Amino acid sequence: MSDGNEPAVTGEEVREVADLARVDLSDDEVEQFAEQFEAVLADFETLDEVPEVESEPDLVNVMRADEIEEGLTQEEALSNASETEDGYFKGPRVS
Amino acid sequence: MAELNAYITEERIEGADDGPLTGKTVAVKDNISTEGVETTCGSKMLEGYVPPYDATVVEHLKEAGATINGKANMDEFGMGSTTETSHFGATLNPVDTDRVPGGSSGGSAAAVAAGEADLALGSDTGGSVRAPAAFCGVVGIKPTYGLVSRYGLVAYANSLEQIGPIAPTVEEAAGLLDVIAGSDERDATTVENGDDSNYAAAADGDVEGMTIGVPVELIEGADEGVVETFWDAIADLEDQGAEYVEVSMPSVEKAVAAYYVIAMSEASSNLARFDGTRYGLNAVEAGDFDDLDEAGNWNEAFATAREEGFGPEVKRRILLGTFALSAGYHDRYYGKAQDARAWIKQDFDESLEEADVLASPTMPVPPFELGESLDDPRTMYLADANTVPVNLADLPAISVPAGEADGLPVGMQLIGPKYGEETIVRAASALE
Repeated sequence: MSDGNEPAVTGEEVREVADLARVDLSDDEVEQFAEQFEAVLADFETLDEVPEVESEPDLVNVMRADEIEEGLTQEEALSNASETEDGYFKGPRVS
Repeated sequence: MAELNAYITEERIEGADDGPLTGKTVAVKDNISTEGVETTCGSKMLEGYVPPYDATVVEHLKEAGATINGKANMDEFGMGSTTETSHFGATLNPVDTDRVPGGSSGGSAAAVAAGEADLALGSDTGGSVRAPAAFCGVVGIKPTYGLVSRYGLVAYANSLEQIGPIAPTVEEAAGLLDVIAGSDERDATTVENGDDSNYAAAADGDVEGMTIGVPVELIEGADEGVVETFWDAIADLEDQGAEYVEVSMPSVEKAVAAYYVIAMSEASSNLARFDGTRYGLNAVEAGDFDDLDEAGNWNEAFATAREEGFGPEVKRRILLGTFALSAGYHDRYYGKAQDARAWIKQDFDESLEEADVLASPTMPVPPFELGESLDDPRTMYLADANTVPVNLADLPAISVPAGEADGLPVGMQLIGPKYGEETIVRAASALE
């Protein structure tokens, strides 16, 4: 599907996306991803040729009664957190 | 036989004393939550994570008397077609240990093929049950979307995935589907069509008068030996009274691109939950810091945990998904992929008016050699060409052994209409 005319992806663009996704990358990863993304995005570009079709998805609302049910206990909910404090999850500082 | 590495965790969970699966061992893919038993999704991110609750399908297995004998190896978060992206090492194909078992449910299929488990559960987002079933020479079913509850399945791409059974025979796979199918108030996308099902009874091999459509687009480009074995199997079905027709589905040529845009976009959102705070690898451990304060602010801490916790394929898909959904690109990629999805659905509807089931090789290629597809992710993506259209159309499909090519298993995929599980089970059982 790649025709050699795919849009160039720069390392800077990869870093911007990685920043949005909150994933740090090494310099090697940035370089490798930039190269691979060019080819994959060229595949994605072929979707431009897709015709529009009429579709009526059979969607329905799924409702349930708003009743209190048993859930996880606080202890269970916290059982996989590596940092907790006074029964709460402890996260990193905001800024 | 070499150690296959089919399991990430080998731990037994006993079921009820009396039920249809009493005395049967079932390997459960490691992205399906098991209360009190580690569930890693094949990722360093979730190493040591112990779910405080069972997935609905695990509750069903226990009620049916099954013994879960371990958590099966898989591509990290289901992202791969070879089970090589697992943080816990690749699973080997029991048919030929120099080759991959397919993926992402490779541990599940390998365990069944090697007799390490009687049955297994996998999950299928774009072929992840059918591909390993084909590569390992066993049976795998991807149910109609909504037939099986996804409660407790760690999400990769919600709109595409279903949990499905893997077994040595069509009847056993259908029987396991009977156990796990059914509506669930904890998964609002489930339907009632699978309640009180008896799919196993449909494995009667009676294809007299059945029309089997072959989409020409799913044969083009497939490996020669695979195609030859496929046509032999079609001839076998014709000998048993089935009729073969050719159908055309031009839309499937856009399926791989549409699938990856949608799957990666959904993945980028689903995997945002892994930040190391409530569960998973924490920034302190990931960055080797003294305490949380040293890990920086939350953006920095999360990025540190995710850099260390995710492998390359997962990062690749999160980043491409983030890109496809970002301002200025959403309509061009995600919007167009949804158009393609509608087009593919329409093509399937039309083809399934001409035929009772549609048939294709499950995989266009024989099992890859270990390491063969890792250097170029596109090689792996393109191998999913025949399986991903089914997920995009929400349809049921089964992979059943069709024979061998060069001594390696070839799977035939049979696709049915929505809730047509009995028809695909019946057609597949005629090939055994």
